[in-house]
Amino acid sequence: MKEQFFDLVDRRSKELQKDEVLLANLDQETSDFVRWNGGRIRQCGTVDQAYMNLNLIRGDRSCATIVSITGDVEADDARCRAAIDTLRERLGVVPADPFVLYSEEVHSTDRSDENRLPDPDTVLRDVEETAAGLDFVGSLACGPMRFGFANSLGQRNWEERHSFLLDWSLFHVEDRAVKASYSGFEWDSARFRQIMESTRAQLEIMKREPRTVAPGKYRVYLAPAAVQEFLDTMSWGAFGLRAHRTKQSNLLRLSEGELSLDPRVTLRENTRGGIAPGFQSEGYLRPDEVVLVEDGKFRDPLVSPRSSKEFGAAVNAGAWESPISLDLAPGGLAPSDVLRELGTGLYVNNLWYMNFSDRTACRMTGMTRFATFWVEDGEIVAPVKVMRFDESAYRVLGSELQDLTSEPEFLVVSDTYGGRSSGSHRVPGILLRNFEFTL
Amino acid sequence: MDLEARFREVLPDVEFCSLRLENEAQEFLYVRDDIVLPVRSSSDVGAMITVVDGGGVGYAATADLTSGGLAKAVDRARTWAASSRGRTVTDFSKIVMPHPKGNYTTPVRTPWASVPLSDKISLLREECARVGGDPRIVQRDVSISYVHRETLYLTNDGGRVEQSFDHIVPSIAVTAHADGQTLSRSLGGRGYCRQGGYEVVSECGLDTIGPELRDEVLELLSAPDCPTGNMDVVLDPDQVILQVHESIGHPLELDRILGDERNYAGRSFVTPDMFGSYRYGSDLLNITYDPTRTEEFASYGFDDEGLTATREFLIRNGILERALGGHISQQRAGVPGVACSRANGWTRPPIDRMANVNLEPGDATLGEMIARVEDGVYMKTNTSWSIDDSRNKFQFGCEWGRRIENGKLTHLVRKPNYRGISATFWRSLAAVGNESTFMVLGTPNCGKGEPSQTARAGHAAPTCLFTNVDVFGGE
Repeated sequence: MKEQFFDLVDRRSKELQKDEVLLANLDQETSDFVRWNGGRIRQCGTVDQAYMNLNLIRGDRSCATIVSITGDVEADDARCRAAIDTLRERLGVVPADPFVLYSEEVHSTDRSDENRLPDPDTVLRDVEETAAGLDFVGSLACGPMRFGFANSLGQRNWEERHSFLLDWSLFHVEDRAVKASYSGFEWDSARFRQIMESTRAQLEIMKREPRTVAPGKYRVYLAPAAVQEFLDTMSWGAFGLRAHRTKQSNLLRLSEGELSLDPRVTLRENTRGGIAPGFQSEGYLRPDEVVLVEDGKFRDPLVSPRSSKEFGAAVNAGAWESPISLDLAPGGLAPSDVLRELGTGLYVNNLWYMNFSDRTACRMTGMTRFATFWVEDGEIVAPVKVMRFDESAYRVLGSELQDLTSEPEFLVVSDTYGGRSSGSHRVPGILLRNFEFTL
Repeated sequence: MDLEARFREVLPDVEFCSLRLENEAQEFLYVRDDIVLPVRSSSDVGAMITVVDGGGVGYAATADLTSGGLAKAVDRARTWAASSRGRTVTDFSKIVMPHPKGNYTTPVRTPWASVPLSDKISLLREECARVGGDPRIVQRDVSISYVHRETLYLTNDGGRVEQSFDHIVPSIAVTAHADGQTLSRSLGGRGYCRQGGYEVVSECGLDTIGPELRDEVLELLSAPDCPTGNMDVVLDPDQVILQVHESIGHPLELDRILGDERNYAGRSFVTPDMFGSYRYGSDLLNITYDPTRTEEFASYGFDDEGLTATREFLIRNGILERALGGHISQQRAGVPGVACSRANGWTRPPIDRMANVNLEPGDATLGEMIARVEDGVYMKTNTSWSIDDSRNKFQFGCEWGRRIENGKLTHLVRKPNYRGISATFWRSLAAVGNESTFMVLGTPNCGKGEPSQTARAGHAAPTCLFTNVDVFGGE
């Protein structure tokens, strides 16, 4: 696929007209998908998809298009040629855009891994054996993902990764369930069984009589998956340079120095430690890391090529100026001490369906989901029925933050909208003095 | 040889096999702060092959539509059907799939392509310029998203359905900042989405609404926060549709009720035994699945598994009658459903998706509803939505609010929010607006499924009055 992609861009580059520049991105994946309900297969299949994103630039004018391609070089070349002809027509119509920017320096990279993925039947068999007698609900996404960039200036970038993600939950009754996932590059049946065993152990607690908790403020421990959800929503429009310069960031009060977070809070866009490609669609290489918040204070925003030209700052991100490999620095709380330090309160494994109650105050609402436990004197007592919360990031990562755990977890984003996500988080759990539940 | 002939040529000897071709072209025009951002488009063509054999089921999706490409996909789908045999949620061989014949085309008055690109860009630039002029405005966005989608559904027993759709989403938003507050007003969020041609742009008011939105957002900057308390709310259609979508549409999806979505999108508080008797809302609540309103966003003649789409009541006079579930889910659950098994393209298999789910109009005027409220808030335009995985405990926020005191509209309030529980909220529906308040809207990006899919949903609704709601504001 790599040679085909580069060959396609070579062919199209040779036919460009004077002063034209072509940027091309490829997203390709061949994915096996299986979904289960009650330990039985609901749907299974294979999706082979490849998309070329073609961006034609002439001076200060730019138009872009995405075309699906088939893998047949001649057919794909004809499709790309027709697409570029249309872009060329549009360039004659659109007005000048003062903020068009692309990398004019050539930085080629190539990173591919070896295919060590399991045969799907191995996973089906392991799930069947391990989940026997359990209400297992989940999905498998497995196969190669390939990302390419090439331009008419001669830059060539390629990343190829063979990975899998099995994301599942075990249900007792109704919404009383435990969530887990297993991701990687090589399937280890023993490791999978180990995770399933630990999930089963939590499921036993979910069988106890659930407790209804009245709205109010409680001591709370948010496990890493819950922290991931919280940070994911908080990040919508939070870190981009444009959002800050146009006063729209939900962390504006942080960047303007009006408020700060706890000094132990450091957030990084950690490209080096993530699984997303190290290049972006205008040909810039992403820096290994961008420190977004350091010691509780806002530091560097994410800067797209467009914002770079508009506001005068170095490019360090893609067009959306959103983190895709977000890390929250760990703290000093040993995971084995979490229950003791929590004392009496709620242990929340997962949060769900968050959104903003007040963007200016970075106040967000959402739900607990899956295994949430009532803890008394450091002992798990009972599962807790789902609760709605409404809290500000300035309290959760600021005034109410008691500690962060010392061992962050690496969590892969399981979304597959349009294609399998290459997003990830590396986050610890956080212990809070107060967390407000409203419904 | 055309695609149908190539499909017939590679048909395997199996109980059921279908091909679903999707050919979708998109165009996105966007002006921000008077600058025309790069015009973006896409062209996506491919097909999904589905095989049912020996009780198992499998699919394979490919962009390679040659005979060789289709044969390879058929082989892959057969292999999956063999692998899943004896391991599936139901014996798929016992479900007799439809073999439909027919076609459907979106009625279009002004084809998108008949309007020059330069004219479309000029319109967006003019509207963007018209909402400027105040230093407190920090961003102005005007855009149109256009999608042309053609589908062909073929089955091994002669089924053949061709459909063609044109979707348009005009959008305008004005964002302003002052005294530490940043607020936006928009054309119904992104709720003004319709099927049709370029005429939709004017019908939705993209070329007239801008100055009104600008004035409203500037007024909101100096308004007090919405008060906290238990009071009545009057919701405009561009909020009612989200309430319908989240707390009626999703809970009635049969795949949620069957448990398929429990690992991701969630389950439902609705259970199969509730159909036919459960009181979902007050007598005033009438909810239809209506694919026949041709201008609505998710109208069609057939769903993606070939079921013929007909208008049905889901809730009548407050009583739950029917689920949102396609052919396979209906067979599995033994519950009446509708033609709503849909995929968001050739790369994803169909799942139960709400299409046009509408709250039917009542007989109240807006003035009558306001006059009935002693203490309340009139809210417009959804800006925030959240609901639990059983679709019960919800919270919504709106862009615009105005206090209602002693039957009269008084001052503006900013950041109005409310929360409640689906199972009881609809029983507090106290008045339903008449046709004069009724609007045809929709939600262009509804997420669900493993692998994940977005879907276009249409919603039409009038203004509605709810009593005894927990309301609150910002900070």
